[in-house]
Amino acid sequence: MSLTIKNLHANIGDREILKGFNLEIPKGEVHAIMGKNGSGKSTLAKVMAGHPSYEVTGGEVLMDGKNILELEPDERSREGLFLAFQYPMEVPGVSIANFLRAAVQARNPDEELDAVAYYQRLYSKMDALKITRNFTSRSVNEGFSGGEKKRCEILQMAMLEPSYAVLDETDSGLDIDALKIVAEGVNALRNPDRGFLVITHYQRLLDYIVPDYVHVMVDGRIVLSGDKSLALKLEAEGYDWVEKEALANA
Amino acid sequence: MSTDTKPDISIDRSIGDFSYDMNYEFDAGVGLSEKTIDYIADVKDDPEWIRKFRKDAYKKFLEKPMPTNWASHDLDNIVFENIRYYLSQGTQPKRSWDDVPEEMKKTFERLGIPEQERKFLAGVEAQFDSEAAYSNIKAAVGEQGVIFVGSTEGLHKHPEIFKKWFGKVIPTGDNKFSALNSAVFSGGSFIYVPPGVKVKHPLQAYFRINAESFGQFERTLIIADEGAEVMYMEGCTAPKFETSTLHSAVVELVAMKGAKIQYVTVQNWSPNVFNLVTKRGLAHEEAEIKWIDCNIGSRLTMKYPGVVMKGRKARGEVISIALASDGQHQDTGAKMIHAADETTSNIVSKSISIGTGRSTYRGMVHVPKHLKGCKNNTECDALLINSHSRTDTYPSITVRGQGNACQHEASVSQISEEQIFYMQQRGISEGAAMSLAVNGFVNDLVQQFPMEYSVELKRLIDLEMEGSVG
Repeated sequence: MSLTIKNLHANIGDREILKGFNLEIPKGEVHAIMGKNGSGKSTLAKVMAGHPSYEVTGGEVLMDGKNILELEPDERSREGLFLAFQYPMEVPGVSIANFLRAAVQARNPDEELDAVAYYQRLYSKMDALKITRNFTSRSVNEGFSGGEKKRCEILQMAMLEPSYAVLDETDSGLDIDALKIVAEGVNALRNPDRGFLVITHYQRLLDYIVPDYVHVMVDGRIVLSGDKSLALKLEAEGYDWVEKEALANA
Repeated sequence: MSTDTKPDISIDRSIGDFSYDMNYEFDAGVGLSEKTIDYIADVKDDPEWIRKFRKDAYKKFLEKPMPTNWASHDLDNIVFENIRYYLSQGTQPKRSWDDVPEEMKKTFERLGIPEQERKFLAGVEAQFDSEAAYSNIKAAVGEQGVIFVGSTEGLHKHPEIFKKWFGKVIPTGDNKFSALNSAVFSGGSFIYVPPGVKVKHPLQAYFRINAESFGQFERTLIIADEGAEVMYMEGCTAPKFETSTLHSAVVELVAMKGAKIQYVTVQNWSPNVFNLVTKRGLAHEEAEIKWIDCNIGSRLTMKYPGVVMKGRKARGEVISIALASDGQHQDTGAKMIHAADETTSNIVSKSISIGTGRSTYRGMVHVPKHLKGCKNNTECDALLINSHSRTDTYPSITVRGQGNACQHEASVSQISEEQIFYMQQRGISEGAAMSLAVNGFVNDLVQQFPMEYSVELKRLIDLEMEGSVG
């Protein structure tokens, strides 16, 4: 059981961003992707989730063997894919409670959601993330601080219990305290039935969400893989040496 | 019908789209002439002054041009000669549903009216084409001296109150359609609430068009005497016909000193209906008139509820939501006429345009030079669902004199692809995501609605949005 990306090519407009991307994430593992701005990290996340602005020109994304690239974004979600957004969108006038309720209900459309059970579950997840109760009546992401937005993403992940979660630059805009809380939330969701792909620019996040593997992305594909120590090396020495190596090997 | 299900005010289009073949006892035929008016006056046994009122109005109707110099040219597609102006089974509404003719009763049962009446209403009037089929108020409300009857019964049985205010808030010649209504009016409600009486539960009228090529011209007059309070709600539906149908009502409200009137409309007309309605209230000293107006459906709606604040410290408010789907034009707004010191008015308008739908806001605020301490606040927000949807805003604000204040805010926003993608990524379908976004947009206004209507409005929006995603 794994999330497998095979030779994935994707464009935005006429520009090719993903140029034969390969990666396999078995359930139970946490993989990190690091890379400079413009290397295609966020594009990868959006293409996997089915963002309409990108065109897939080749390859496959298999979730437990099923190619999800033909599915609508909402179908991919219901199949078990979750994307924690780098920039979560505001939905004015729609409370978090109602939004999540619609999302949970969409997974079981034939049965009316038990409101009491739903709120019990929501509140227990919120407690774990140190989110106060009045949070649920606020409109989704509207007027949220950076930390609140990211915590809200993790809360949604906790409620939707995905098989595979992609975290896109979840550390951006967070101070160290918020980062710790978010990382704790993610770590609490780590289990043998769930795979994670953590996309980040800095290794700092990986001190708190410790990955099983670290991959370096350059120009739309992975050029180097290693363990946690690779992230530390990148932190210390930058990306130039990886790019040089990649060029030499190309 | 089971009553243990949740309240369901069934006025969505799919449920409203049916009609029964009726053998009308009274039928004024097709087209409009003096003879049509005499026919209506005869059937209704009008007093002479009403017959004359109708005929004068008919002359004004003929004289007045179509307002196409500022309004939609779609008005030119109304063929007055092809419309039927009066259809009924008699002019006496029944006090018990058991006495209502079978087809009419079935219609209102399918629309859920008797059920709502049992649940939360103080009184109901159910109009089928030209006349009310049913009209009743709870005994306790009647015992307080509250009058809630059809307009015909009102003018026959309570002429001393009726005549004093009828046609006084909206003059016959206010516009071409108020003149037309005045010529051929039938049905609508007459309400009088005695001094100090606060009617706890809403009174409701339901206007149902059943016949094809028909014009419904109800006339409503509500008077809240000193310190009285009343909430009136109206719902409307029609089946979907190929030919156009005309709904042209006139609604006059009178709030005496310190009285409060709330008038709530949730209309859901089928897309063949021209809905051209004139609504205005007169607020005396410290009185308050609030219009809550939801316009969904119809081919063209033109409606600008107004309040004339005639007494010191009177207050007027219009809360309006308009949803224009493909091929529809919602031309709505508000009129606030300040005519005394320290009067305040508030307009909040939200419109949603879907596909080729078009929403227009027209707002008039008038504060003359000699007044002091008047305030107006206007907010109008438009939401566009597609890039070819259209919205226009035509504010007309005249505030003169010292110490009067006016504030106007307008915004246009569009549901972005990124927002929809974000919601879809959580497993919510595109249509449901649109619905959520639209419901979110109007959420702050919907919260001011009676609960039963806010539930219904949400459901109507869901239906419209589901239909809009191909």
